[in-house]
Amino acid sequence: MKKTSEKVIEGGLAFSALITILTTIGILWVLLSESIGFFQEVSIIDFLTDTQWTPLFVQKHYGILPLLSGTFLTTAIAVAVALPIGLTIAIYLSEYAPKSLRKKVKPALEILAAVPTVVYGFFALTVVTPFLQTFIPGLGSFNAISAGIVMGIMIIPLISSLSEDALFAIPKSLREASYGMGATRFQTAFKVAVPSASSGIVVSVILAIARAIGETMIVSIAAGQQPILTMDPRDAVETITAYIVQVSLGDVQHGSIEYKTIFAAGITLFIFTFILNNISYWIKKKYQEKYE
Amino acid sequence: MQSYFCGEYRNMKTMKTTNLFAILLISTVLASCGGGSNTSDNASESSKLTGTVKIDGSSTVYPITEAVAEEFRTEEPDVKVTIGVSGTGGGFKKFSRGETDINDASRPIKEKEVKVCEENNIKSVELTVAYDGLAVLINQENDWVDHFTVEELKRIWEPSAQENITSWNQIRPEWPNEPFSLYGPGVASGTYDYFTEVIVGESGASRGDYTASEDDNVLVQGIAGDKNSIGFFGLAYYEENKDKLKLVGVDNGTGAVLPTTETVKTGIYAPLSRPIFIYVSDAGAKQAAVNEFVNFYLNNAGELVSDIGYIALPEQEYATQLTKYTNFAKGIK
Repeated sequence: MKKTSEKVIEGGLAFSALITILTTIGILWVLLSESIGFFQEVSIIDFLTDTQWTPLFVQKHYGILPLLSGTFLTTAIAVAVALPIGLTIAIYLSEYAPKSLRKKVKPALEILAAVPTVVYGFFALTVVTPFLQTFIPGLGSFNAISAGIVMGIMIIPLISSLSEDALFAIPKSLREASYGMGATRFQTAFKVAVPSASSGIVVSVILAIARAIGETMIVSIAAGQQPILTMDPRDAVETITAYIVQVSLGDVQHGSIEYKTIFAAGITLFIFTFILNNISYWIKKKYQEKYE
Repeated sequence: MQSYFCGEYRNMKTMKTTNLFAILLISTVLASCGGGSNTSDNASESSKLTGTVKIDGSSTVYPITEAVAEEFRTEEPDVKVTIGVSGTGGGFKKFSRGETDINDASRPIKEKEVKVCEENNIKSVELTVAYDGLAVLINQENDWVDHFTVEELKRIWEPSAQENITSWNQIRPEWPNEPFSLYGPGVASGTYDYFTEVIVGESGASRGDYTASEDDNVLVQGIAGDKNSIGFFGLAYYEENKDKLKLVGVDNGTGAVLPTTETVKTGIYAPLSRPIFIYVSDAGAKQAAVNEFVNFYLNNAGELVSDIGYIALPEQEYATQLTKYTNFAKGIK
């Protein structure tokens, strides 16, 4: 027999949880309804295969591939920078460092994540790009590699924090057994600890990728505003997020086809992030070892 | 013994309460003393204007409006002037909905924008504030371009050039066989509208594969760092960044002309010389702060623009614009 006050509190808490679900549904609804309008005018095959994206200009092309290539190029560079560094930091903190050092270094890492992304963007534009221009020939002021490197720096805390938690969760007995067999620290770290925590590490990488795909400020400032289909990191590219910023700051008519491109781009972004999050959830569920 | 103890205890309690009361009393007196000085300050400030002036629009006109606002602030420090940079078109969108009082514009208002204003019951007046030259720029390390003809610029920027015209030697065979990168304002920019109209022949018609930004500083950065760059924007932004960019003369059939104060004022630098405007709404003109600001603008723009890289109108032209505005303001009262 529950008292009424108990029921009220339970209802209130359930409602709070419901709000997050309702918000997600609301966002999805808005994206879908406008995108359906978009795809009535532009065929989905055209959208997925055309190699030019020029919806605001006279010769209209609606191929999402240039924006996708921009997003993936910058994300790939970011992960290539963040993964080795983040993982190494995580392994060092969990396998090698003394406990006191771990307590000091972890908060310092969080500061990297707390820097505003607009500051990172200008850092990329005014410090990293001129530095790279000294030894990369033909590098323009806006390029994917500069934005990618700084994005990588931004997501290092994500990878290191989550991987370190995954490594920390391995029972001590596994490590002690390895040392007991005569393995060195290096062998224990890379052949016992990392494989055992692999599901957690993979999840952290996927979440970092999802974060990098959705990054807006750094790429808007440093990567450029020119949608081209390229795999050359020295080119100026435009990501999906940067395009959305560019269009919404301009004078696009509400309800026009240019306006609907925002939602088409947005729903593409949403689908990728959604797939990545689901993959990470599935991996965690399937491969997470249950110890004890 | 007990009663003696109780008595002492009661005394301590009353002593604490008395102390507390005394502290409260003193602090209240001190606080009320501090409040007296405020009223005398207010009396001397009441003759100054207050209010906000909301401005948005062209990035080309922005430097002038900003300079005027800075000077204005020294005269009327209580008036808040906010200036946005959404591009001429972006600014007109907000202006026609009554969200701004003044719109900076580097091209005249379009028919469809006038219609939206009428739908929202907004009347406006067009005031010319300066002349501007549209500069064509290349990177400092570019040593093969001596000038562009209008024909060449058209071949580079017209819509059919998208994906087809991509390297220097397609424009002139003696130029290098390397791809060029283009930088220019985006579609919300009045500069974009004007350039496409006089170079390509139709306002808004250009290729889409270039780095487009309404923020001219982004374009400066892009051109300065890219050896094979070509770009265009208002002359003022070149004047500010002379050490990073190279100015190119434009040949309209009578020889290459570089944009300078003289050539723009006399119209020799053709076809890329143009007047730039501000538009004031009737709702704005009714506010004392906005009215004062517009008068200040027209009275002082002539002196300020030449420092920033624009070309001032002749004296009597500013007087004409002022009369035009005064008549507008009178007419709507």
